[in-house]
Amino acid sequence: MACANLSAGASGPLVTTTGRSLGRAAAALALLAPPALGADVGAADVVALDAAAWWIWPLALFAVCFVLGMIAVPAGVGGGVLFVPIVGGFFPFHLDFVRGAGLLVALASALSAGPSLLRNGLAHLNLGLPLAVVASASAIVGALVGLALPAATVQSALGVTILGIVVLMASATRSEYPEVAAADSWSAALRMHGVFVDVATGDAVAWRTHRTPHGLAVFALIGVMAGMFGLGAGWANVPTLNLLMGAPLKVSAGTSSFVLSLVDSSAAWVYLHQGAVLPIVAVPSMVGVALGARIGARLLTVLPGATIRRAVIVLLAFAGARSLLKGVGIWP
Amino acid sequence: MKRDLPTATEERDTPSPHVSDEHLRYAKWLARGTWFGFAVMAIGFLAYVGGALDPHVPLDGLPALWSQPAASYLQAAGIRSGWGWAALLHKADMLNLVGVALLAGCSALALVAVIPLYARQRERVLVAVCVLEIVVMTVAASNLVSISH
Repeated sequence: MACANLSAGASGPLVTTTGRSLGRAAAALALLAPPALGADVGAADVVALDAAAWWIWPLALFAVCFVLGMIAVPAGVGGGVLFVPIVGGFFPFHLDFVRGAGLLVALASALSAGPSLLRNGLAHLNLGLPLAVVASASAIVGALVGLALPAATVQSALGVTILGIVVLMASATRSEYPEVAAADSWSAALRMHGVFVDVATGDAVAWRTHRTPHGLAVFALIGVMAGMFGLGAGWANVPTLNLLMGAPLKVSAGTSSFVLSLVDSSAAWVYLHQGAVLPIVAVPSMVGVALGARIGARLLTVLPGATIRRAVIVLLAFAGARSLLKGVGIWP
Repeated sequence: MKRDLPTATEERDTPSPHVSDEHLRYAKWLARGTWFGFAVMAIGFLAYVGGALDPHVPLDGLPALWSQPAASYLQAAGIRSGWGWAALLHKADMLNLVGVALLAGCSALALVAVIPLYARQRERVLVAVCVLEIVVMTVAASNLVSISH
């Protein structure tokens, strides 16, 4: 059987590699890989991770994902956008598996939130479906291209993308109820309008959208990036729905999650069929982020959201820089 | 008399009066599919790490593979790309992928469920959009579009 000798493949001095593994896992847990440790423990050592210590990494992954899930909610970002650059930068898993797990983290979050968002009128089928068709198709292309490209190229592009997201997050404005003078013909034909009740004020808010062709074009690009990098794309969906198409902010956030559930489903099939879903990487990540998000939601009223958001922006900038430097070989 | 604002649980569970039947039906089927997918995944993962079922790739052999590209993993593990994993469902690690597939497929089920409602309202454009999305997801699931390594 092809895999019969796999466990024998990880040879090397038991104590040394186990100790190094523990050191790397601890570094990953801290989300910081100190330069001294990075110099001492190279990529070859990580590849030769001792078989007896395999469980350290899933455990460390679960712990890191729990923290990511916890801070993602107050920071107003999805777990996927934090997951891929951080785990891709500091864990020994190949970027293929990290992106596969990242997609599933984002998919699990979107699917979990979907039903209640739809029942509350915050996720809108008519608004999200046409955008999801375009983004799903392009996500398949993105996933195929991402899996075909060399890992270093994808890693560099991921770094550049994450740094772009940092700029977007730091500078983006939001509009609670954008003014839409008139719906365009596409929006009217697709019934992209509705009413939602804002529970904060008790007001029923009628809304409609415009610039549908522009929105479709942007979602095509978002789909490619979501598929290629395994990122949840709420960071791009929400501004596009809100600022470009004119949907209210809460409807934009809810519909973004609905669109994500469809886009990530399509891309997830590609990763699954190409062998890029390892349960030992994906499941602890999904459970960790989901449990962390539940705690994060409870802490939402206690934690200073703006401060955490700033901290997450700094963390993302660091992870983005790490990804870029890893991709170009400066910080392997 | 002013009504108290709903609690978080009420807000989550009570449908908004402005929400259409399509949204409610989609939500119902999505919730069912999601919970089923998570349940299968949880059972599969417990069987995997608990040793109830033999994995195709031993757990202690994974560190030698998870730092390699996905294509190398498939080759070393002797798994065909595409639906090759489905032939190994008696192995614990491959059983986990059923849960992943259910999660990736449950939205298509919810879309199928809302098509009759749109059709009854003669919303032909929206029926077409639902069908298109199902086609896209089916193409992805079928592995008709793939890459060669």
